[in-house]
Amino acid sequence: MKFFPLVWAGLWRKKLRTIFTLLAIVVAFLLFGMLQGVNSAFNATVEKANVNRLTVTSKINFTEALPYAYLTQIEAVPGVSAVAWFSWFGTYYQDAKNFVFSFPADPVRLFDMYPEYHIDKAQLDTFEHTRTGAVIGVELAKKYGWKIGDRVTLHSTIWTKADGTSDWPFDIVGTFEVPTDSSQANQFFFNHSYFDEGRSFGKGTVGWYIVRVSDPKLSAQVAIDIDKRFENSQDETKTQTEKEFQQSFLKQIGDINFIVTSILSAVFISLLFATGTTMMQSVRERIPELAVLKTLGFSNGRVLSLVLAESVLLCLIAAGLGLGLASLIFPALKNFIGVATLSRSVVATGVLFAVLMALITGLPPALRAQRLNIVDALAGR
Amino acid sequence: MSAPTLVSIRNVSKRYQRGKQSVEVLQNLDLDIGQGEFIALMGPSGSGKTTLLNLIGGLDHPSTGEIRVGSERIDSLSDGKLAKWRARHVGFVFQFYNLMPMLSAERNVELPLLLTSLSSAQRKRNVAAALTVVGLADRARHKPSELSGGQAQRVAIARALVADPTLLVCDEPTGDLDRHTADEILGLLQALNREHGKTIVMVTHDPKAAEYASRQLHMDKGALIDAGAINAA
Amino acid sequence: MFKQIGAVTSMNVRGIPQRLGASLVIVIGIAVTVGVMVSVLAMAVGFDKTINSTGHADRAIVLRGGSVSELGSTISRDNTLTIMDAAGVRHGDDGKPVASAEALLIVGLPKKGEQSQANVTLRGVGPASFALRPEIHITEGRMFQPAVHELIVGRSAQGQFAGLSIGSKIALRDSEWTVVGVFDSDGDSHESELLADVETVLSAFRRNLYQSVVVQLENPDAFNAFKDALTTNPTLSVDVKRETDYYKSQAQQLNKLLNFLAYFVGSIMAIGAVFGALNAMYSAVAARGLEIATLRAIGFSSFSVVFSVLIEALALALAGGAIGAVFAWLFFNGNTVSTLGGNFTQVVFHLTVSPTLLITGIVWACLIGVIGGLFPAIRAARLPVAAALRAG
Repeated sequence: MKFFPLVWAGLWRKKLRTIFTLLAIVVAFLLFGMLQGVNSAFNATVEKANVNRLTVTSKINFTEALPYAYLTQIEAVPGVSAVAWFSWFGTYYQDAKNFVFSFPADPVRLFDMYPEYHIDKAQLDTFEHTRTGAVIGVELAKKYGWKIGDRVTLHSTIWTKADGTSDWPFDIVGTFEVPTDSSQANQFFFNHSYFDEGRSFGKGTVGWYIVRVSDPKLSAQVAIDIDKRFENSQDETKTQTEKEFQQSFLKQIGDINFIVTSILSAVFISLLFATGTTMMQSVRERIPELAVLKTLGFSNGRVLSLVLAESVLLCLIAAGLGLGLASLIFPALKNFIGVATLSRSVVATGVLFAVLMALITGLPPALRAQRLNIVDALAGR
Repeated sequence: MSAPTLVSIRNVSKRYQRGKQSVEVLQNLDLDIGQGEFIALMGPSGSGKTTLLNLIGGLDHPSTGEIRVGSERIDSLSDGKLAKWRARHVGFVFQFYNLMPMLSAERNVELPLLLTSLSSAQRKRNVAAALTVVGLADRARHKPSELSGGQAQRVAIARALVADPTLLVCDEPTGDLDRHTADEILGLLQALNREHGKTIVMVTHDPKAAEYASRQLHMDKGALIDAGAINAA
Repeated sequence: MFKQIGAVTSMNVRGIPQRLGASLVIVIGIAVTVGVMVSVLAMAVGFDKTINSTGHADRAIVLRGGSVSELGSTISRDNTLTIMDAAGVRHGDDGKPVASAEALLIVGLPKKGEQSQANVTLRGVGPASFALRPEIHITEGRMFQPAVHELIVGRSAQGQFAGLSIGSKIALRDSEWTVVGVFDSDGDSHESELLADVETVLSAFRRNLYQSVVVQLENPDAFNAFKDALTTNPTLSVDVKRETDYYKSQAQQLNKLLNFLAYFVGSIMAIGAVFGALNAMYSAVAARGLEIATLRAIGFSSFSVVFSVLIEALALALAGGAIGAVFAWLFFNGNTVSTLGGNFTQVVFHLTVSPTLLITGIVWACLIGVIGGLFPAIRAARLPVAAALRAG
């Protein structure tokens, strides 16, 4: 720590140059934070997937419906401890831009299946017994200012009612929180029975089933058993773990990971080059000073570590600023990715990258400083 | 010579490789420097005085021969050991002061102490003492660019002193100063020699500067000429 | 004046190899910035091109009222007949309307080299569909037959998804469908689809509702008449859109996202590149302080000094921009990618590095060069001549 003033002074020897270099690194880490943040937010959905739960969809595609009658058959499969179902409702509120993730479901089964969704017991009771009742995530409630007691009409882009209209009125009777993943708290759930009675077609079907297995080790076997049960029927099923299901869905959007990695590699390669050149230049200018330090008895190893420390300090400050800036801007992306904070693992990876970059860019000049011959350097050779 | 020998140089030669040519800068040189002496090393450019100074200060290895400082054979020390040895035993003063431009006077003086195990408070005390000795206690927070040449050289001398070395090695310490300032600096060195008992080896061009020394040595073409002791006082 | 600038510039440019490291910082920084930006924009351009060429101004698409895409739309058999008989629809030589009532189904097919399934459109089309879409040509094999489980696949779909060569069978529901032909369609989004006879598809999937009706208008101006005829008909609740508008709206969201990504990432990288360029040019100017001062002492104007430094920065920036743009073109132009389109199904498109994009890239490079060169140039011009001569 006592060497800190020396390192700090060396860093700011050429102020303008250090500031420009610093800003270039800040910019790179800002990009890193934003892009990697988005990427990891997408991946987090997959990571957070529950190992106990399986998704049962139509084998053709998950947009195809399955018969409601499958419920009892799935429940009968050994290893299945609970079953819930959902349907895709495809709604917007007032304007097509205001997309709402709404799903008809069975109230009790829904909240039993997802214990991470926290709802008040009394509200759940009301939900169960109110035909047009709906419960909403707290994030969604915040977004539109909806509260319990409000009557909200959603427009379904898929489902028409018997009278030919597509506007479905609901009464909000409760809200739920999802402490583990706030992006889940933007959903809108309502009674499947209300939906099934009201719709003009597709009655007696559901979108997909969610199955909980009694033991995660049984997942693979239970999945095979369920699919076998409906093999060669008119509606064959495809059962996947929650994780597999989400992974395959993400892949459909595109190889986000590849795009992010490519951009960031390009950015860091050019940054390595720019920072490396600056560090080299800075050491070249300071050769007489470094020689004096050696004269005073600073060992070769100490001089090497002083130069490296300078590079690490520069990169860490810059990375800190860049990642800090990224986490300030990140909440602006909330509507787009549903997550408001930059994940800690992204920040940690960024810091690790900063140190790595510092070592890579600092090592050549540090070695040069280490190998410096005092007599030649003092004589200006 | 009544004082015990501090530096003893025996049969030392130094060759440099300049391109394909090998240049012999020092030839079979012998020299003894007693504890508490103030030596002025004089001679024309290229006579080998700076090379000799570098060898005494432990900045370089001789090609052949033996150099002993105190009880230590420094000609055979590795680079790392030599660095440690310098930190403990030698203080350097250069013609162009060679202060770190970004550090304040006190931080510059503190540099050699960073290599010791002294606490921050002890370091502060020693730095203040060294600056007081050179008469610059009031300039502690100034950057080298805010100091005059003489002041900068005083800071450099304080830096050379602060770790309490046995030997001060000065390479043209007044080469960049006007006469008056030079006399002040030389007076300071003389006081260090006389009052604090520091052994000083100083390279200089200037016969007036050499007069401050207790002994003058003259070099030419890599050898000492007329190596007899001259009493200045 | 020009002689002066020329002399100073040639001196500067000849010095570039000596400061190779710093000069390369500018070139590489800008090359990477331009390369990334052009590549991402190439995605936007490619997607836009595919979607926009799908729509034709003289065709209209009819969806159920309130549906944003075909996926969410349903139209009954009776309604499809009413729609096809409406005013403004062109009639063919056989006297029948040139229109197609269509069903849209999503089937899961693995992308080539991947395990997990991607959503692919299976479009059931009516008998007049190929008169309606003359751009569709069978390039291999033959047309499907109605009433048997046969389908034809788009060129892009065949390239992107596994198991679509002629003769291969696809299991859907409780039946197997045979691929009998491959078609191209002017590179539009239908090339990402599978086509089959609509009645065969509906019965195989046990459905009786269509998703959309696409009609050929008598001429592009007949759109309003057609639209009015449908929207004033009390038995219908439908949205009528010109095909061009419909597809444009389908592409809008992704295009916005890609453009945002390109310009957001591009701007941030450009800022980084400007800092790199500033550093490199400042050190170039510092290294040449003596030369510049000498020239000024001889009588060269400060303007010629400013100009020559700027030209040096621009030359390096241009080199970087060109390298980045050419790199993007060489490596990404024509690359095939796919993503989820408006119907929740894969749209295959090709990255397109258009000449406009190349120019955009070069313009950005020049901007970075000018900003990165300007301040150092001004410093060079302000250098006090006497002091610089002494210091040198």
